[in-house]
Amino acid sequence: MSRLRNYLDKVKPRFEPGGKYQALQSVFDGLETFLYTPRTTSGRRYTTHIHDSIDSKRTMTIVILALMPCFVFGMYNIGYQHWLAAGVEGPYPFFSLLLYGFLTVLPRLAVAYITGLGIEFIVAQKRHEEIQEGFLVTGILIPMICPPEIPLWMLAAATAFAIIFAKEVFGGTGYNIFNVALVTRAFLFFAYPAHMSGDKVFVAAGQPFGFGPAVADGFTCATPLGQLSQGITNITGTGGHAISAADAFIGLMPGCMGETSTLLIIIGGILLTAAGIASWRVMLSVFVGALAAGFVANAFPSPAYPLAAVAPWEQLLYGGLAFAAVFMATDPVTSARTAKGKYIYGFLTGAIAVIIRTYNNGYPEGAMLAVLLMNCFAPLIDWCVVEANVRRRMARMVRSQK
Amino acid sequence: MNIKIKKGLNLQLEGGIADTLGASAISPLTSAACALCPEDFHGFKPKTIVKEGDTVTAGQAVLFNKDYETMTLVSPVNGTIKAIVRGDRRKILRVEIEPAPDGEAPSAEASPLADEAPEATVDALARAGILARFRQRPFDVVPAAGISSVRDIYVTALDTAPLALSPAALCAADPQSASYSADGARVLTRLSAGKVFIAVDAASASHPAVKALDKIDRVVIITVEGPHPAGLAGTIIANTKPINKGETVWTLDFNTMLRIGQYAATGKYSFDNIVAVTGSEIKSPHAVKAPDGAALQAIIGGELKDDGVNKRIISGNVLTGVKEDADGYLHFPYTQVTVIPEGDDVDEFMGWASLSPSKISAKRSFPLSFLKKTFSPDARLNGGRRAMIMSGEYERYMPLDILPEYLVKAVIAKDIDAMERLGIYEVAPEDFALAEFADTSKLPLQQIIREGLDYLREETE
Repeated sequence: MSRLRNYLDKVKPRFEPGGKYQALQSVFDGLETFLYTPRTTSGRRYTTHIHDSIDSKRTMTIVILALMPCFVFGMYNIGYQHWLAAGVEGPYPFFSLLLYGFLTVLPRLAVAYITGLGIEFIVAQKRHEEIQEGFLVTGILIPMICPPEIPLWMLAAATAFAIIFAKEVFGGTGYNIFNVALVTRAFLFFAYPAHMSGDKVFVAAGQPFGFGPAVADGFTCATPLGQLSQGITNITGTGGHAISAADAFIGLMPGCMGETSTLLIIIGGILLTAAGIASWRVMLSVFVGALAAGFVANAFPSPAYPLAAVAPWEQLLYGGLAFAAVFMATDPVTSARTAKGKYIYGFLTGAIAVIIRTYNNGYPEGAMLAVLLMNCFAPLIDWCVVEANVRRRMARMVRSQK
Repeated sequence: MNIKIKKGLNLQLEGGIADTLGASAISPLTSAACALCPEDFHGFKPKTIVKEGDTVTAGQAVLFNKDYETMTLVSPVNGTIKAIVRGDRRKILRVEIEPAPDGEAPSAEASPLADEAPEATVDALARAGILARFRQRPFDVVPAAGISSVRDIYVTALDTAPLALSPAALCAADPQSASYSADGARVLTRLSAGKVFIAVDAASASHPAVKALDKIDRVVIITVEGPHPAGLAGTIIANTKPINKGETVWTLDFNTMLRIGQYAATGKYSFDNIVAVTGSEIKSPHAVKAPDGAALQAIIGGELKDDGVNKRIISGNVLTGVKEDADGYLHFPYTQVTVIPEGDDVDEFMGWASLSPSKISAKRSFPLSFLKKTFSPDARLNGGRRAMIMSGEYERYMPLDILPEYLVKAVIAKDIDAMERLGIYEVAPEDFALAEFADTSKLPLQQIIREGLDYLREETE
């Protein structure tokens, strides 16, 4: 280990200003702080002399760990849906399914990371700053919230757009207004709608690297949420078999890679809450808000809006709502930051997601738009909470002067 | 009166002193060099009264405050002025005093606090070098000249900082402390038309020095329970009568109140402090009796561990103290020395991924840390400085009715109006210390608040 340290110490001067590779200083610095905890120590006066062991790197790592169950399951599910679509009779080879999913997602993951981190590195170097860890999470989220076979160039364009215009122009990690992963998705959604919705895109039909059984041309399968919004109550999966609420909870159905398994999303949420990383206030109130809107919709069913007839709790099992509640709405930078604000922000996110998906037949998924909309309103919510605190303290001052 | 603090955290550090410490275990320090460091008395603009080589007696004024000329800092020992150390732009960093082998004791003045008028009392305390030991909120500075009305006075007789000793419990060993504390509290009631709040912990509430205060008019004893920062003046003020714009509050520690009592009764006072010598790099943590500003070499003695690691010597506690060199001095207001590893000689491979149980954290993301009862952290930041990313981190450690994150942002933006509205008048840098410890983004919160307070004071005065 000390050999590596010695090597880093030896080459470090080359990356410092005036050195041969000074243009790569931020990259070197990022690598060095990744490998070794920086030796920077506290100041002299008006400082704490000890600091918590947590840092931004660990925080982001824990989010990635919490995403892992969904990620692995998502890979398996991509394979599973493909095998169903190919009409292959069971039993299915577990590892082949997983490998198929892996091969499908790997290029997308690589494109997201290379595009995003590349831009981050360049910007960090331009600003002479340390490389920030925010994109580590964003990069894995992007393939998880897109259809499994989204073309790579689209993904690269969208990622670049989101990193530059939703994050770097605002100042980088910690200053952005909108959730970067969702801006990526929104960009794809509005620029290339045919690749982001409909009944062709949520089951992987290709053969990545020539692997997996072939699927007939023109294969279609609507997502359960899509079927529900068409008024189909006996929803069916890729193979034509019925999908029960229990199946939907476990997540073996077509959809974006990360969003299908409510069960594993909840496990990820528990992990995040247990580690004290994400706000349980936001998660809980998104679910409560979704249920509340679901109940209201359910109380006034209308044939024009078939989703209103769905039981409120079933709303939580389909589409991206659960994933948005646990991994998107809880993004600390773009969500409300005050404790009371988080309840309001979460509740409205959940409620608006259900309202959008119920009363908009054209596109039965509201979670992305709800979170982005509430990202926009989060500062306003916080402003109200802060103002309430200021007023309370002003009133105290007036009282004390009487 | 009782207050219960829920927000906060007691850091469990290695190197604490056993609770059973008795008065007999405290060894007095004989003739240690001392230094007065004006920077410890924020807002005190020092001007020297003495020259290098002058002989001074204990209690003799050495520096006065240019902004408040009767306010002095006095020599804690009999001796000679060894050096007046200056920094940039001739700023006085410290005045070093070499103690005389056995100097003559200062002659007592007959009842210097006999005049009960508030102005006369403040004046006498200022001349005696005691008023500089008060802190004034807003701004966390020494009392300013010409303050016409002090709303209330807060005396903290407990210290909840990591590894600190409770001052009330220690003073109780002194048989005189009961009468001195009552005398001191009576003098304090002259300084303010409001109340004198004395904050104690549950264990000290029954000590004679605290009991003696029971029946004094306008003196209120507050029993404080809960984790650090329960013992900070800012916490106690916020949970009794928060400071509003336009109000002034003075705070002081119990030791200073005892000194006032002694000064009122005898015309002179003791400069001794009971200093806790603590931290994971101390062989056997203990307490010594040392005068104000005593040399750390004398206080620590041969107690530093010989384990070859770089050490950080802190005059004070790990959250708010002052980093000192081995030949440095004890800094006001601290009666504690903490020595921890510096950590700048450590190569930790991928520390951010560590599963080691010996990592200290207020978070739950170090799953194995419950295996350990005490921790010996070093002075590293343990990460790079970032923008404010995580939300709600500061509130958890600040039992004040303010929104610290927004206040910090207002200070960074130098938005005076927002600072006022968000409660800058209620806080001191030390109130943010635990938040700074826990901050994932490693922001220098105490520094930010200190600069904000100074900026606001400049702009409004």
